[in-house]
Amino acid sequence: MTRTASARLTTRERARRTARGGASRSVPAPLLVPALIAVAFLVLPLAGLLIRAPWSSLGKALSGSDATQALVLSVWTASVSTAISLVIGTPLAWVLARTSFPGQRLLRALVTLPLVLPPVVGGVALLLAFSRVGLVGRYLDTWFGLTIPFTPLAVVMAETFVAMPFLIITVEGALRSADQGFEEAAATLGARRMTVFRRVTVPLIAPSLGAGAVLCWARALGEFGATITFAGSFPGQTETMPIAVYYALENDPNAAIALALVLLLVSVVVLVSLRDRWLRRGPVL
Amino acid sequence: MTDDLFGGLTVDAEVTRGGFTLSVTMTAAPGEVVGILGPNGAGKSTLLSAVAGLTPVSAGRVTLAGRVLDDAGSGEFVETSGRPVGFVFQNYRLFPHMTVTENVAFSPRARGMKREAAESAAAHWLARLGLTDLADRKPGQLSGGQAQRVALARALAGHPRLLLLDEPLSSLDAGTRLDVQAELKRHLAEFAGPSLLVTHDPLEALVLADRVLVLEEGRIVQAGTPAQVARQPATDYVAKLVGLNLYAGHADGANVKLDKDGSFVIPDRGQQGEVLVAVRPSAIVVSTQQPVAGSARNAWPARIVGMTLLSDRIRLDLDGKPPALVDVTPAAVAELSLVAGADVWLTVKATDLEVYTHT
Repeated sequence: MTRTASARLTTRERARRTARGGASRSVPAPLLVPALIAVAFLVLPLAGLLIRAPWSSLGKALSGSDATQALVLSVWTASVSTAISLVIGTPLAWVLARTSFPGQRLLRALVTLPLVLPPVVGGVALLLAFSRVGLVGRYLDTWFGLTIPFTPLAVVMAETFVAMPFLIITVEGALRSADQGFEEAAATLGARRMTVFRRVTVPLIAPSLGAGAVLCWARALGEFGATITFAGSFPGQTETMPIAVYYALENDPNAAIALALVLLLVSVVVLVSLRDRWLRRGPVL
Repeated sequence: MTDDLFGGLTVDAEVTRGGFTLSVTMTAAPGEVVGILGPNGAGKSTLLSAVAGLTPVSAGRVTLAGRVLDDAGSGEFVETSGRPVGFVFQNYRLFPHMTVTENVAFSPRARGMKREAAESAAAHWLARLGLTDLADRKPGQLSGGQAQRVALARALAGHPRLLLLDEPLSSLDAGTRLDVQAELKRHLAEFAGPSLLVTHDPLEALVLADRVLVLEEGRIVQAGTPAQVARQPATDYVAKLVGLNLYAGHADGANVKLDKDGSFVIPDRGQQGEVLVAVRPSAIVVSTQQPVAGSARNAWPARIVGMTLLSDRIRLDLDGKPPALVDVTPAAVAELSLVAGADVWLTVKATDLEVYTHT
């Protein structure tokens, strides 16, 4: 037994189909219901955060000394780790995109591993490498008297470890898809490889460098697991915003919500700034 | 402008890439413009790449003014950035993030000039090519003809000893092409070093080049002056480009037995052996009646299989022994009631046949 679908088309729908073609866009119930559940699951918690926010006392909650300290610390450590990632990650992306050598695939896998690695594992690994008795840390300690764990430097290192791969894969992708004809042209004009990189390659992939840096910064700002493991949570020293949110939830929920709102706001800004890359249809990056 | 630094280019090399082999032996003298003519995929761009150092040669060597640029035998290789070449790319490849001035100043700067000096050098070239008004524009704001001139200025600003041009006019519309072509000819004439100009447009090669090399499937199939190539094409490809009927055959005095079907009577110059016969489509006469046989004439029956309207003529595609392309006037088509499928007679005078040996 077959059913003939017969329904009235609204004028608008009629116009849409005439203009762009295509068949019905109505959603069958077995797809619609789970889709709505998914939307609710993703959106409701954020709505709850906005509803529960102590809007009137927001300023006070944020100006509490702990919250301000966490905010300042987070912003500068995330910025420093982004700067470090740009300085050392961009050249690595270039090496991965423009050269070939044995073991390159393995190297790429290793470099991007922190993307999928639980951050706490990264924290443990950093601790094993850089603690006073660690692989590298013991020499830093005996030769330079430098102790890294549980310092702001450790925060920067943890954030860089977790966030730099975002920059590397973004920039590597851009380098791969960039038109190498311009680099050839530069070479015929007498530019050596470093000049080509500086004056042609980098300016041409600037939008992707920007996007990679924004992604990297956002990831660094939200870093929790590796930071708390490797740097701990000393207020003013290593207690970044996500860690402050976590602890404030117990004794000062309003401050926790206020800090969470700040992080949410940052995320929205990041999303808007990357909208051309992410909110377009189809796969990008 | 002559100085000792300008010298000839010699290429005696092979480039193997995948299943394709380019095998070229050629020279270009200082001040000479050598046109490289050939169909797509013939290896024209590969030849330029090899000369520019973007692709190393697989065998043989490339020298400029006596200096080895690439030698597969000894392993010697000068990187692209170290070769004194100016390359005008197809689609120009102007740096989109730089102004016209910065584009033209790029080469002087990359070759070690300070910014101010490089920019005044750029200003000189912009003035010379009439681009001063466009100095602050970005490439995206230029028309095709303007971009072409900027690309030429950028290539010349590095004081190259060799100029390479890859289809320099192909992305221009027909209107601007003639203007830019005339201008390009002037600048090429002023350039003291050798120039290689790659094109698939025979007119471009005939107008701009002093000498033409025809490249097909990685090999040079003909070399000569533009006039020679236009009058005595060596292959079907060139014949088609210059609009001639071309037949290969075996000459024996006043007769040529064609390799395919048919034969021709030719002026007897005692020619023997393999020859090519070129016939202009307008030299062949179409008639509906069998013509009276003449001693110095060729006549044969053929059937019209296609008709194409050219600007002021109609080109008939005829199947016969041999087949031929023939140009007639629209009036003739009407008077003789020529239609596709019609059987006609073709006549051509022996003196209208260009008979030559394959070079």
